[in-house]
Amino acid sequence: MSAYPPLPTGPGPAVERVEDAGPRRRDTRLDSYVDRYAARTHGMTASAIRALFSVANRPEVVSLAGGMPNIADLPLDVVGQTLHELVAGNGMRAMQYGSGQGEPMIREAICEVMRLEGINAHPDDVTVTVGSQQALDLVTRIFCDPGDVVLCEAPSYVGALGVFRSFQCDVAHVAMDDQGLDPVALRKAVTALRAAGRTVKFLYTIPNFHNPAGTSLSEPRRDEVLAICQEAGLLVLEDNPYGLLGFDGPPVRAIRARGGVDDVVYLGSFSKTFAPGLRVGWVLAPHAVREKLVLASEASVLCPPALNQMAVVEYLSTQDWQGQVRVFQELYRERRDAMLDALGQLMPAGTTWTHPTGGFYVWTTLPDGLDAKVMQPRAITARVAYVPGVGFYADGQGTRDLRLSYCFPEPDRIREGVRRLAGVVEQELELLQTFGPTAARRGAAQVQTPSPDTA
Amino acid sequence: MKVLVLAGGLSHERDVSLRSGRRVADALRGTGAQCDLRDADATLLEALPSYDGVLVMLHGGAGEDGSVREVLELSGIPYVGATPSACRLAWDKPNAKSASRRAGVSTPHSVVLPHAAFRELGAGALLASVVDHLGLPLMVKPARGGSALGATAVHDAADLPAAMVACYGYGEAALVEQLVVGTEVAVTVVDTGDGPRALPAVEVRPLSGVYDYAARYTAGSTEYFVPARLDASEAAAEAAVEVHRALGLRDLSRIDLIVTPDGVPHLLEANTAPGMTETSLVPMSVDAAGLTVGTLLCDLLELAAAR
Repeated sequence: MSAYPPLPTGPGPAVERVEDAGPRRRDTRLDSYVDRYAARTHGMTASAIRALFSVANRPEVVSLAGGMPNIADLPLDVVGQTLHELVAGNGMRAMQYGSGQGEPMIREAICEVMRLEGINAHPDDVTVTVGSQQALDLVTRIFCDPGDVVLCEAPSYVGALGVFRSFQCDVAHVAMDDQGLDPVALRKAVTALRAAGRTVKFLYTIPNFHNPAGTSLSEPRRDEVLAICQEAGLLVLEDNPYGLLGFDGPPVRAIRARGGVDDVVYLGSFSKTFAPGLRVGWVLAPHAVREKLVLASEASVLCPPALNQMAVVEYLSTQDWQGQVRVFQELYRERRDAMLDALGQLMPAGTTWTHPTGGFYVWTTLPDGLDAKVMQPRAITARVAYVPGVGFYADGQGTRDLRLSYCFPEPDRIREGVRRLAGVVEQELELLQTFGPTAARRGAAQVQTPSPDTA
Repeated sequence: MKVLVLAGGLSHERDVSLRSGRRVADALRGTGAQCDLRDADATLLEALPSYDGVLVMLHGGAGEDGSVREVLELSGIPYVGATPSACRLAWDKPNAKSASRRAGVSTPHSVVLPHAAFRELGAGALLASVVDHLGLPLMVKPARGGSALGATAVHDAADLPAAMVACYGYGEAALVEQLVVGTEVAVTVVDTGDGPRALPAVEVRPLSGVYDYAARYTAGSTEYFVPARLDASEAAAEAAVEVHRALGLRDLSRIDLIVTPDGVPHLLEANTAPGMTETSLVPMSVDAAGLTVGTLLCDLLELAAAR
């Protein structure tokens, strides 16, 4: 498809003119605000990629695209009872405006949760947000001016790229390998950008079971990355929704736990360990940052929902929530195994992929010459869905990559999905054989805002 | 009248179809009709007998290739729009073009090439021969498809392989057509019992120059002029009606044309389940004709029931 049109300037004929005689005349762009949107909306267009995901909702399609956690095993009857009691018994609090920073009890509970990853924090430094997605938005809002640079891993979380873009930041991607972010590449990037006179505001990193890459930042590299950022006076924004969903032992200590109290802003979420629908996340920040975050949050939502926070507190304090997390770990481990086994058995030579030890995602790279975005409609025809890799880069990289999620479908369906995908890759290889390499090495930037179920 | 609006489906245009379906269902309810919106899935067949009429708002695939309508014929439920065989003809662009040419309507010169041809005969020589025969620029599109999915304009022969690969992602056969420069118009043809007639044509000017998916479904990215600012309006209207007739279409269709500066309309494609979204062309035409989508569809449903 051609590049999306530039945002038009100047007056547009958006006026309806009605004449009495003959057919009603209308000259229109179908959007009377077309010349009045903020510059930051540039690129908010209908997308054929995103439209194809609508087919993924049909049961005939094996969707390996979704990032939706599997909540079927939650004790929903218990949660339901809790919610009932909260409203019927404590409705005056649950249904009222609450604290802009979030309820004290949940901030204490959050500190207990973070202790599992080695973080010692004070509840005063926690701000509760409407999902950690909102936390991302608020942090960017208080730190980034248009034209500022944010360092991200290559690839990075599509939801974050969308936020950075919406604040008119430039994203510089830093290479990763199977141990996560490459510290050498990081140091080089910071140096080069500053030498070019750019303002680099923070490093955005997802150290555990990266979305979309599936990799984790190794122990030694966590210290290295922190040291590099401290030396460079660069803030680390550590985003950790999956830290407790590892399959091979206790969580690796967070970057924030390694002495970076003033150097790290940490984002957490209950979406993957409890339930995404409640929209409860948080940010742990040094107190000065926290004060601005609270002001920004109040300006955005007044306060996060009291009922939802109270529900999380009840769940954490009365249910064996860590036991539930262990159930999730086993569930996702089985699915990861199904996916990796199937990939190993079925994918054509030349395809490579990551080997996650937790979380939801396998990042797959197609044989040279193939383009995952061009392949997507063929995959839909073959009744399998995935997310093309270009969406996870701000600079047009990723044409050979795609993200496969194993969190939602049953193992049999995962195997079937991989089987279908392998068939699609075979057909694309045939086309490659026939037409030669036609895939763009690097296209135009393709950042899309994700829908909730494919983020 | 209890009406079923079928929307969604499994084609690449599912998202557009869902939006068309919702708008149409709202329009019908606005006229007081009782209306349900359903997907074409495993529960459809047993639900069908409870309806007096069906509006097929499925775009692409089963909705426009005749298969859903075949099912409706089998179940004996009245439906608006073309018969299964007419759909099969219209949905296949090469066949629709041939039939229209035989009826005296111009259409850009083109070739149809299945993927297998390139596989078996080798791409390089075959593509060179295509460019020799048709020249440049070219429009490559799936022989069966909609919403501009898989369609690429090619100005440089070096870009042709990539366009073919993108096209074959959507289907087995590619239609490679001369890219004709002119005014793009969409003509809605309706037949409320007295024979097909054209509603005011919509002139389409995408800001990017290409009426691709983003241009079609992002409000603000395309300019529309209704009626089209054409001296050749009459010719366009006549050509559209001629195509509608030649393909054996019924009730409602949208015929997409390019009108060259010499005033000659050229057929691009015929649509038997045209889009009805907020940015779609048929509702604009209907509005310009002083009609409303709801009452027009009700009239067509009643006609269908009386057949």
